[in-house]
Amino acid sequence: MAKARQSLPRTAAAHAILIAYTVIALFPVFVVLINSLKSRRAIFAHPLALPGPGTFDLIGFQTVLNQGDFLLYFWNSLVVTVVSLAFVLLFGAMAAFALSEYRFRGNMLMGLYLALGIMIPIRLGTVAILQMMVAAHLVNTLLALILVYTAQGLPLAVFILSEFMKTVSADLKNAGRIDGLSEYRIFFRLVLPLVRPAMATVAVFSMIPIWNDLWFPLILAPAEATKTITLGAQVFLGQFVTNWNAVLASLSLAILPVLVLYVLFSRQLIRGITAGAVK
Amino acid sequence: MGALTLSAVTKSFGSVDVIKGVDLEVQDGEFCVFVGPSGCGKSTLLRMIAGLEDVTAGDVRIDGVRVNLTPPAQREIAMVFQSYALYPHLSVRDNMGLALKQAGVARAEVGAAVARASAMLSLDPLLERRPAELSGGQRQRVAIGRAIVRRPKLFLFDEPLSNLDAALRVHTRIEIARLHRELNATMIYVTHDQVEAMTLADRIVVLNAGRIAQVGAPMELYNDPANTFVAGFIGSPQMNFLKAGALGQRGETLGIRPEHLQISREAGQIGGTISHVEHLGGETNVYVHTEVHGLLTVRLLGEHRFAVAETVWLTPEAGRSFLFDAAGVRIRG
Repeated sequence: MAKARQSLPRTAAAHAILIAYTVIALFPVFVVLINSLKSRRAIFAHPLALPGPGTFDLIGFQTVLNQGDFLLYFWNSLVVTVVSLAFVLLFGAMAAFALSEYRFRGNMLMGLYLALGIMIPIRLGTVAILQMMVAAHLVNTLLALILVYTAQGLPLAVFILSEFMKTVSADLKNAGRIDGLSEYRIFFRLVLPLVRPAMATVAVFSMIPIWNDLWFPLILAPAEATKTITLGAQVFLGQFVTNWNAVLASLSLAILPVLVLYVLFSRQLIRGITAGAVK
Repeated sequence: MGALTLSAVTKSFGSVDVIKGVDLEVQDGEFCVFVGPSGCGKSTLLRMIAGLEDVTAGDVRIDGVRVNLTPPAQREIAMVFQSYALYPHLSVRDNMGLALKQAGVARAEVGAAVARASAMLSLDPLLERRPAELSGGQRQRVAIGRAIVRRPKLFLFDEPLSNLDAALRVHTRIEIARLHRELNATMIYVTHDQVEAMTLADRIVVLNAGRIAQVGAPMELYNDPANTFVAGFIGSPQMNFLKAGALGQRGETLGIRPEHLQISREAGQIGGTISHVEHLGGETNVYVHTEVHGLLTVRLLGEHRFAVAETVWLTPEAGRSFLFDAAGVRIRG
């Protein structure tokens, strides 16, 4: 970066704003993390204090891990999130490719129809979804959650990806056609690698709501074998007594996998951006 | 090698007619250039030949075989695109060999074909590189190489030089002309640049608004334009169009090329004042504003000292002018 374009006060101001925002955004997470490492008494006495020699206590984590099923809850959440995400990206990208690449009757209408889902919350259809799942004998299966989350994620994925697909050079696709590549090869080998940054964006946007969702696991898959982590954490939230240690510990643990996934995708995102910039 | 026949080919996008009936015969081994202003349908026509656009009506034949419904890969054509369109994830070698590999040709044979093409274009040092590591000129050579490897019946070029800088453009133009001589292949070349058209073509097809305005060898078009469109499009600087009536001639318009207008400070047929002078060293372009005919261009060889606001007289050279009627069609004889 050229020196001529930098000024110390401006840089400082920009960083101050960014740092302030980061602090505000991270503060709740920070509070959850420090309190998950404290004894119950210390949590209520000094909620904002760091865990010290007298207050440090792993009782929360012990409770959570001794509960036994917790690893299963984790696994369930991970399976649901990863599989749903894979479906959202695959089908979303395919639909987006079709919408942006092929001229057919009703192309516009189809695009609008697929984008409509962005504006209508899927939870409005909960009763109907439940009825469908009961009829299909899918209640209390992970597949039920995967199907619902795939449907939930598709509208935004199609919308964002079809815009990006339009930017992929038509010449490149045509060159593929002349060289005898099938439409599938053109899609998977030529187009997908070029829209990778957009895929990463969609992945991050779709992943968080799926991982954090409490609503559908509660309604569609509340059985012990199919509980997700967010639902599992509710065990410790009683009507009269709440085991705060355990709640905070389970929430702390729940942050980890989603953090890993995020880091994975955001690296892709950055790589995609720089690859485009350098040409 | 192959010949191409278009008969009554049309193309419509919805209610918009882009190609309004084109008949054309391209001989085996011919270098045919489609030229015209942007939006005249030349690229669309090329895509229809390639099979990338459907033909609304009419027939496209390659070597006498109707290919309207043949997918692009089976038409035995190769295309070079303006934006190179190299596969970013493949090395130069794999880029060039992909089409043959797709067609199920044996590995050794693919290797030999790539080696032959790369020797022709001196691409050998670049074979293991990715397209991202090449300069624009190198990329276009790889794209041309990719076309050669296939040994197609038809080479299709879609403005292949438009993204290159001026020096490279001249160089690559010569390269393409050399390849045409060596391969003796049928080539269809689309450009909006009339210099490329004039220098490369055996035959030029001038397109205007979805129709063929004229077909002919470069010098035919230059010396014998069929209408005002071709007369104005071919030749640089553009032909001057004068009001025929004011000069005592038949028809509506008299066309005269800038090099065939004589300029004099003393006397002549048309009086005017110089509004601008361009000194190019080898030639001098003088722009003269006249009362009756508007701005006229005079092209003089060598250096000439003319100043802006000078009063001069212009005279069209005898036998060098073209007469056109009100519809812009040439009046002959």
